[in-house]
Amino acid sequence: MGMLLVTLFLPLLGFLAVLFINNDQSKGIKYTALGVSLLSFFASLFLYFGFDHTQSSFQFTMNAMWIPTLDAGFRVGVDGMSLLMVLLTTFITPIAILCSFGSIQKREKEYYAWMLLLQFGMLGVFVAMDTFLFYVFWELILIPMYFLIGIWGGKDRIYAAVKFFLYTLVGSLLMLVAIVWLGIYAQGLPGGHFTADLMKLREIAPTIPLEIQKWLFLAFALSFCIKVPLFPFHTWLPDAHVQAPTAGSVILAGVLLKMGTYGLIRFNLELFPQAMFEYATPIAWLAVVGIIYGALVAMVQTDIKKLVAYSSVSHLGFVVLGICSMTPEGLQGAIIQMVNHGLSTGMLFLCVGIIYERRHTREISEFGGITKVMPKFAVLFTIAMLASVGLPGLNGFVGEYLTLLGGFTSPFLNNHWLSIISATGVIFAAVYLLWMFQRVMFGTNDNPKNHGLHDLTASEYWQLIPITILIIWLGVYPKTFMVISEQSTQALVGKLETLKFGKTIYPLVEKKAQAQK
Amino acid sequence: MNKSMIDLIYLVPLLPLIGFFITGLFGKKQKSEALIGGIASAAVGGAFVVTALIFMTLVGHGSEERSHIVRLFTWMQAGSFTIDVSYQVDQLSILYTLIITGIGTLIHIYSIGYMHGDKSFPRFFAYLNLFIFMMLNLVLASNFLLTFLGWEGVGLCSYLLIGFWYERKFDGSFIVWTGDAAKKAFIVNRIGDFGVLVAMFLMYNQFHTLDYTAVNAQAAAGFQPGATLITTITLLLFLGCTGKSAQIPLGVWLPDAMAGPTPVSALIHAATMVTAGIFLIARNATMFALSPTTMAVVAGIGVATALTAALVGLVQNDIKKVLAYSTVSQLGFMFIALGVGAFTAGVFHVMTHAFFKALLFLGSGSVIHGMHEEQDIQKMGGLKKYMPITYKTFFIGTLAIAGIFPFAGFFSKDEILWNAFSQGHWVLWAVAVIAAFCTAFYMFRLLYLTFGGKERFDHHHIHPHESPKTMTFPLIVLAFLSVVGGFLGIPYALSIGGSIPNLLEHWLEPIFAPAMEILRRPEVHEVHAIEYGLMAASLMIAILGILLARSYYKNASDQPQAMANRFSGIYKLLWRKWMLDEVYQYFIVDVFYTISNGFLWKIFDVKIVDGVVNGTARSIASASELLRKIQSGIAQNYAIMMMVGIVAILVWLGLGT
Repeated sequence: MGMLLVTLFLPLLGFLAVLFINNDQSKGIKYTALGVSLLSFFASLFLYFGFDHTQSSFQFTMNAMWIPTLDAGFRVGVDGMSLLMVLLTTFITPIAILCSFGSIQKREKEYYAWMLLLQFGMLGVFVAMDTFLFYVFWELILIPMYFLIGIWGGKDRIYAAVKFFLYTLVGSLLMLVAIVWLGIYAQGLPGGHFTADLMKLREIAPTIPLEIQKWLFLAFALSFCIKVPLFPFHTWLPDAHVQAPTAGSVILAGVLLKMGTYGLIRFNLELFPQAMFEYATPIAWLAVVGIIYGALVAMVQTDIKKLVAYSSVSHLGFVVLGICSMTPEGLQGAIIQMVNHGLSTGMLFLCVGIIYERRHTREISEFGGITKVMPKFAVLFTIAMLASVGLPGLNGFVGEYLTLLGGFTSPFLNNHWLSIISATGVIFAAVYLLWMFQRVMFGTNDNPKNHGLHDLTASEYWQLIPITILIIWLGVYPKTFMVISEQSTQALVGKLETLKFGKTIYPLVEKKAQAQK
Repeated sequence: MNKSMIDLIYLVPLLPLIGFFITGLFGKKQKSEALIGGIASAAVGGAFVVTALIFMTLVGHGSEERSHIVRLFTWMQAGSFTIDVSYQVDQLSILYTLIITGIGTLIHIYSIGYMHGDKSFPRFFAYLNLFIFMMLNLVLASNFLLTFLGWEGVGLCSYLLIGFWYERKFDGSFIVWTGDAAKKAFIVNRIGDFGVLVAMFLMYNQFHTLDYTAVNAQAAAGFQPGATLITTITLLLFLGCTGKSAQIPLGVWLPDAMAGPTPVSALIHAATMVTAGIFLIARNATMFALSPTTMAVVAGIGVATALTAALVGLVQNDIKKVLAYSTVSQLGFMFIALGVGAFTAGVFHVMTHAFFKALLFLGSGSVIHGMHEEQDIQKMGGLKKYMPITYKTFFIGTLAIAGIFPFAGFFSKDEILWNAFSQGHWVLWAVAVIAAFCTAFYMFRLLYLTFGGKERFDHHHIHPHESPKTMTFPLIVLAFLSVVGGFLGIPYALSIGGSIPNLLEHWLEPIFAPAMEILRRPEVHEVHAIEYGLMAASLMIAILGILLARSYYKNASDQPQAMANRFSGIYKLLWRKWMLDEVYQYFIVDVFYTISNGFLWKIFDVKIVDGVVNGTARSIASASELLRKIQSGIAQNYAIMMMVGIVAILVWLGLGT
């Protein structure tokens, strides 16, 4: 329990500490921020080692009453899925802070303070076991992100920041309505009272009449699908990414988008399974459209960052497809794909940032033959690109393959075409990424402005290397991480199957056992 | 002790992997080329030694005990889906492994000489080692997914090595840089991989496993020949094969893959990677045998590719492109064999082709090296006196590919032709014979234009010279193999009444036995007079091709141009490779690009989706703008509003009562 609080509150303390450092203490501010985020990372490692992955329940739990009349409490804890998200957050944040050292020149104190507050918010979202607490953290994130884009962003930063803010807010207000409705429903039950306790709501929610469940489902789903973003709610993403500073993009792609898919599992799937059965197919189709659509639109981009942004739409489509499959393969694939996407797309944004730093442009046509002047960078950029392409042996493949397999074999979706069409996404991924890569990195270095580019600095090197190691690790031996969420996924799928088919069917297990005899 | 020897199989892929890390991570700082090349070659050579020892162990076993599974660790697991990294050591995989590590070692040694002085020398060897690692995973895997790892992995290495000289231009249709060719290879292969991916979903959905043995056994037990599901699965797998093994319709990448350094062309794009498609079918012979439709498609695509590629080979003037098209054509022969159910013959041709095509490519590399990077055979001629070893070995390779007795190519090609004919596919046979005729013709055209006749190069700038020993040594070894390799698979008709055993067929027999059972193909041990006749006929046709080439090109210097003028129409079509690249570019690539750019992005995304978003925001803003006018700050207006409100309420109340 203690370590969870330490992990969670260190960034908040860091936020306050940074505020008390003098404005001109640039170094002090930077290293405080970096140090705090690293400490939070080390604290989260204790969670990893202390977590009992043979259990499906929430662990490191804590419950403190906050608003008694609403039965809203400071209830936190992690199950396998949320632990992975926590680890992803604590891993990505120090890297994002480190990559800002050179590029952020103005109002540094505010910047690093916002970064730490952002981390606090993200961690809160993943550990909250209380609907009100979740909502507070969910909205808390908007504020630092709004300022990060709006102050340190590119040319159209104000437009992008406002768009990001409003877009997300529209969804989350509906979620708030649903949260309140849930509490009131609990109150109306015999002997019940208003509650925001997620554990209690898990018991109660499935008893809600299906017609109402559907509305609640949609209210939550809209909020999450905007965050993911699921096609056609994605248009805030390219703008936000292009305008955000590199660290903002890294956090956005690395962690923020996963809040959407995390929410889909945590709330939509766990609270309203019957409604999920109704809506899984249409949502899965939107995911499939997003996979292809995102890839095709990424293909024709002339700005590298926008290309990577659209690729996120495509990649997150796999996650949503896996969630909708409601199979152990699909869900485990979706969870690991969230981590994978955070790593590989985060790294791609770092790479884009590295060349943007040097040239102050991201137009593909401005580049060519960069490999010659930046050979080290070329190697790491290649690995990030290939991970994103989904090359077996690197992390992206594991997630993509399992989500597609889940989608294909799902008894809930019961439609092979979803996965077959999605699988063409692997072709398009190769097209847009390889084509971009070839135009930027291969050929002769003709543009005189690119002649003097220097290779990776030590700092840049240390941003990319840790991610690279994980990319390979997850590709070769994903078990280290997948085992964490295995039990919670199995338990969830078991529940869903009982509800739908009247028994826990592990049809594949049985048949496989037979096949081996 | 024997069992533990087989367990050492993990060393075979591990050694090249270690080599990759050493050369990749530390190569850059190391000045000595000999050390880097030596480490890389030793890694593959070591793998070859281990493989040879395991092979000997297997030979010592009875033929029923030659299949072993060596499990290393669990790669992926979710729900009931489990995939292990585990290797299947059996007759088929060990044969492939011998070829890969054996020829791989030779080509590594050759590359030390060929890549001498290249500024990215260590990077080249790192990639080569990585390739060997991936290729070994492909053939040693005991399940589809691990093969798929190798499958895409060799594609990656092919990509990296085609684009190795990333600053160089390369002339091809819609291709400017070597990087374009690399990208094309990867993407075209990905289209094929899509087929493999979906096939794996179907198989897992049906059989709940992706292990080769289980899948094939269950397919044979649970399905009648002709079952739709099996046909679908095998056709999808075959789509992958057409990508990797450069068959119609996905063969367009291979000729452009020649943008890579020549040892790469020899190793990846001739001897090993491109035969992965044959491996995949041979590995799943049982399943393929269950689908007559797929078998017919395999044979049909094979023969069509064999002929069309051979025809294009007739007009090429780039020494490597001639060889590239001949590779495509020879791969077509292998698919003919598989398609008619002659799996052993297909694998046999993989082996002999690996010998002579690696030889020919390395020979061409030696020529290019000696000619200061010149690749146009119109600008060569008379090289035999400058490069005697290259010439002699190249000559042997040419005889082998042309199918002249007793060189390796004769036996394997003849085996394929005979199988096609004896199964009643005489059309296949006839077309294949035409392709074989073309092969003999264009190969000798190549030989004469390169080594014979007048010297057509500029003596002031080019001083042809023989290559160093590191390069000629592999040539000699491969030439030797190209001479004797065929004797491993002597057809029964030439075995002097069965007294010389067909070693290869005997070795592979247990692998293909279940497939043969499905195909109801009993072992035939009787000699047909017609077999001798056909053998003689195909030999005659090869000789005819050679003589024809000799008459045109022996001494002529301007012949390519003269031929081009004489057959200008067909020549143009062949020169542009049946216009396939153009068709793909205009009807697929451009269409996708135009729709994505013109509609999906600029209209649908920006105008429609974002239009709705921004429109909503704007309409709220303008509504507020209207409402704002009410808040004018003028007290009189507020008073009027208040009055109107009071009156409205009174009226409403009045109506209510």
